[in-house]
Amino acid sequence: MELLIFYPLAGFCVALALGVIFNKSPVGSAISLIGMMLGLAGIFVLQQAHFIAILQIIIYAGAIMVLFMFVIMLLNLKQGENEGWASREKNLLLSVLTGFLAIGILYKIWQVLFSVDMDTPASLPDSFGTVAVIGETLFTDFVLPFEVASILLLTAMVGAVVLAKTKLD
Amino acid sequence: MLENSVPLSHYLMLSATLFVIGVAGVLIRRNVIVVFMSIEIMLNAVNISLIAFDNYMNLSNGQIFSFMVMCVAAAEVSVGLAIIIALHRNKPSVNLDDFNLLKW
Repeated sequence: MELLIFYPLAGFCVALALGVIFNKSPVGSAISLIGMMLGLAGIFVLQQAHFIAILQIIIYAGAIMVLFMFVIMLLNLKQGENEGWASREKNLLLSVLTGFLAIGILYKIWQVLFSVDMDTPASLPDSFGTVAVIGETLFTDFVLPFEVASILLLTAMVGAVVLAKTKLD
Repeated sequence: MLENSVPLSHYLMLSATLFVIGVAGVLIRRNVIVVFMSIEIMLNAVNISLIAFDNYMNLSNGQIFSFMVMCVAAAEVSVGLAIIIALHRNKPSVNLDDFNLLKW
């Protein structure tokens, strides 16, 4: 039953991710990326991680993609729009490299799919992925990383302001 | 008890596929903003496999890790986009091949 939800969602995510890298205009890429984030939020719900799914929608599809849109509008990218994506220096070399990587990963997937026996998921308690359980783990075992994350975000905020200023005085 | 009928390997395959798509975007695109979006795709792919293993082992550590990944992604995007704006102010281009001043 869950597989019937999983396959369309996964196909949707992969198609939109391909849309991100093959779209010619950056705005189209950004909109595809928003769709991919929403699809991934659906996959997190399917994995019973409801808290992470909500965070995915709020942080990624909300905050980060709005930031991307702002920058795309701010830079006013007109001149690069019709040049296509296939004219990077050493593009052939990089494409061959990507092809090798893709073949390697697909080979590994094939191996995992047909040899390793990892496909017996345990049944989970009802409390899995709820805010209560996540919060308890976050504020007992992971207090120090949590505080470090707050310092990281503060540093990023100050850094962004300093970098985007026109003149340092 | 919650039953879970999607096998672990399916989530790992989805994660690997999205990661490869992200790497391909970083390697073949030359628009700096699209390269940045490909990095976001890779971070999301890692989140899927973290939560899949979490689900498989009945832990909550992986969800904390993906929470931290989201924090780092937010910080990275804000600083990176500020760098792109500063670069664009000095040299009005978004083509990665135009920025070769630090190349040996």
